[in-house]
Amino acid sequence: MKMNQTASHTLDKSDVRHKRFEARVRYIKDSYVLWRRNHLMMIGTFIILFLIIVAILAPLLATHDPYDQILSDRLSPPSLAYYFGTDSLGRDLYSRIVYGARVTLTIAFLVAFISMPIGTVIGVTAGWFGGAIDEILMRLSDVFLAFPRLILAIAFAAALGPGVENAIIAIAVANWPSYARLARAETLSVKNNDYIQVIRMLGASNLRIMVGHITPMCMSSIIVRMSLDMGTIILTAAGLGFLGLGAQPPMPEWGLMVSDGRQFLVDQWWVSTLPGFAILIVVMGFNLLGDGIRDILDPHQRQS
Amino acid sequence: MVQYLARRLVTLTITLIGIMVITFFIALVVPLDPLAAIAGPQAPQETVERLRKLYGFDQPVYVQFGRYLYRLAHGDLGTSFQTGRPVLEDILHFFPATLELATLALAIAILVGIPLGVLSAVYRNSPLDHFSRVLSLVGVSMPVFWLGLVLMLIFYFKLGWLPEPGRLDIMLIDPPRVTGMLLIDAVIAGDGEVFWDGIRHMILPATVLGLFGLAGIARIVRSSMLDVLSQEYIKTARIKGLNEFLVLTRHALRNALVPTVTIIGLTYGGLLEGSVLTETIFSWPGLGRYLAQAFLTLDLNAVVGGTMLVALTFSLVNLAVDLLYAFLNPKITYTE
Repeated sequence: MKMNQTASHTLDKSDVRHKRFEARVRYIKDSYVLWRRNHLMMIGTFIILFLIIVAILAPLLATHDPYDQILSDRLSPPSLAYYFGTDSLGRDLYSRIVYGARVTLTIAFLVAFISMPIGTVIGVTAGWFGGAIDEILMRLSDVFLAFPRLILAIAFAAALGPGVENAIIAIAVANWPSYARLARAETLSVKNNDYIQVIRMLGASNLRIMVGHITPMCMSSIIVRMSLDMGTIILTAAGLGFLGLGAQPPMPEWGLMVSDGRQFLVDQWWVSTLPGFAILIVVMGFNLLGDGIRDILDPHQRQS
Repeated sequence: MVQYLARRLVTLTITLIGIMVITFFIALVVPLDPLAAIAGPQAPQETVERLRKLYGFDQPVYVQFGRYLYRLAHGDLGTSFQTGRPVLEDILHFFPATLELATLALAIAILVGIPLGVLSAVYRNSPLDHFSRVLSLVGVSMPVFWLGLVLMLIFYFKLGWLPEPGRLDIMLIDPPRVTGMLLIDAVIAGDGEVFWDGIRHMILPATVLGLFGLAGIARIVRSSMLDVLSQEYIKTARIKGLNEFLVLTRHALRNALVPTVTIIGLTYGGLLEGSVLTETIFSWPGLGRYLAQAFLTLDLNAVVGGTMLVALTFSLVNLAVDLLYAFLNPKITYTE
């Protein structure tokens, strides 16, 4: 009798596994179809893939050392020798923009991967325990949300001292509350579901329920928010760099490069406009991708 | 409604206390000794010590915080290291210029954004719709400071259609300061030339500042109009033979505006952020540029005071938006 039960149990399990596998494959296939249908999202995906490839292959793609100053060729216009021209210190702008892809991606991913887990933990904790804990944590996030994001980031960046590391911390500090809000809302919506109650009755600890059963349910909306946030993070970082409060010279950060070229705007337009154009394209890529991901993960869209 | 308002006021008070703690914390994390910076590198230790005593930096943190709250309660934000004047006075001096610019920017954003969003939804998938969607996408993806530089390059340096950065031509004399807002002061002084020149100076910075908001507003109006237009009651209104313009404005737009109100509140925050960058580029003598300078030179009192006032206004605007939202959408108050 007992053996029988175990046998049927294992059989069930492999069956469940197989079904789960099939469902996942179907999900990925559906997602691909939706992706192919959404041309704007395809453009966004290609822009971001291109950015990642440029960042990885920067040493191969660059024609010059991004820090190398060739003073005799300073401020030369775009040509075959210097695809995008040179800046006021005779550095090759094309190579600097190529290496700038690394800086931008690093900042965006670090900020996202610092602020997202912090926000999620705070949000899930607030939503799960409720009561006083919820009240305290949410009022805390309200306080951070009371500042316009860029202003809070600038204030922290200025206080911590200029530099790209401090800029990353400053932007992350300004960024976590939106994840906390979202994770809390998602937690509240799944918290009272029957299956959570069953797991609870089976004696699972708070930590186990929060980590194993609630957080995964929050992930899809958190991922959507994260992809939509990437553009804002890049714009904030570039703004800090432009004001002189983020990355410091001679780092090839795009915002800083725009600011460097300001005084040569009239006669050497390329020095400041080209790095800014790179920012525009990349932010647009992330926005298109983020919108697309939101549509793909939206269950209403999937049914059609 | 009263209950809702009371709850909002309680949370607002908590938020305000939090804002004070955070701004104080900002001043606390400064690793450099700002006093050494003002005193100059050659200053003897003695001078620095005297300054420390003068500004109260020699006291323990909780005493400093207590003093900070005490000073705030008396409307004293300390003295700016840069200008040597009280920070509050500085802020009041620079604020009208920013308010004037931001109001014009918001006006552009709303007056262009709402019609664009409505037309985009009504003529869905038409060339106009595509144009407006591209504009929204570019608008939210554009680095403000870069757009400012490019427009300046085209319209000032290349075409010469618009005047140089700044608030007024150097040959013109500022009208007597009444409100601090140039256009209004020019009207009061009856000075047509200054008024016209002031407007020409404002076009570029206001456009740059307004574009971000315009993009967000057009986007949300489009999507909420599309939602509303597919509702049954719109069909009913059309079937009963109502004029299409009335259907759109009185029946559809009114409901579509509810989510838009929230976006306008957020846009206001965007304007405050954008003014720091825009004013820096266009040499606009407003609060944004003052703050940027304060941040760069680590003018601590100005940083703390300025950040706090920005957060304060932003919170009040958000409160106003929430109340307006509750007013426009009675369902919220009934379920409260």
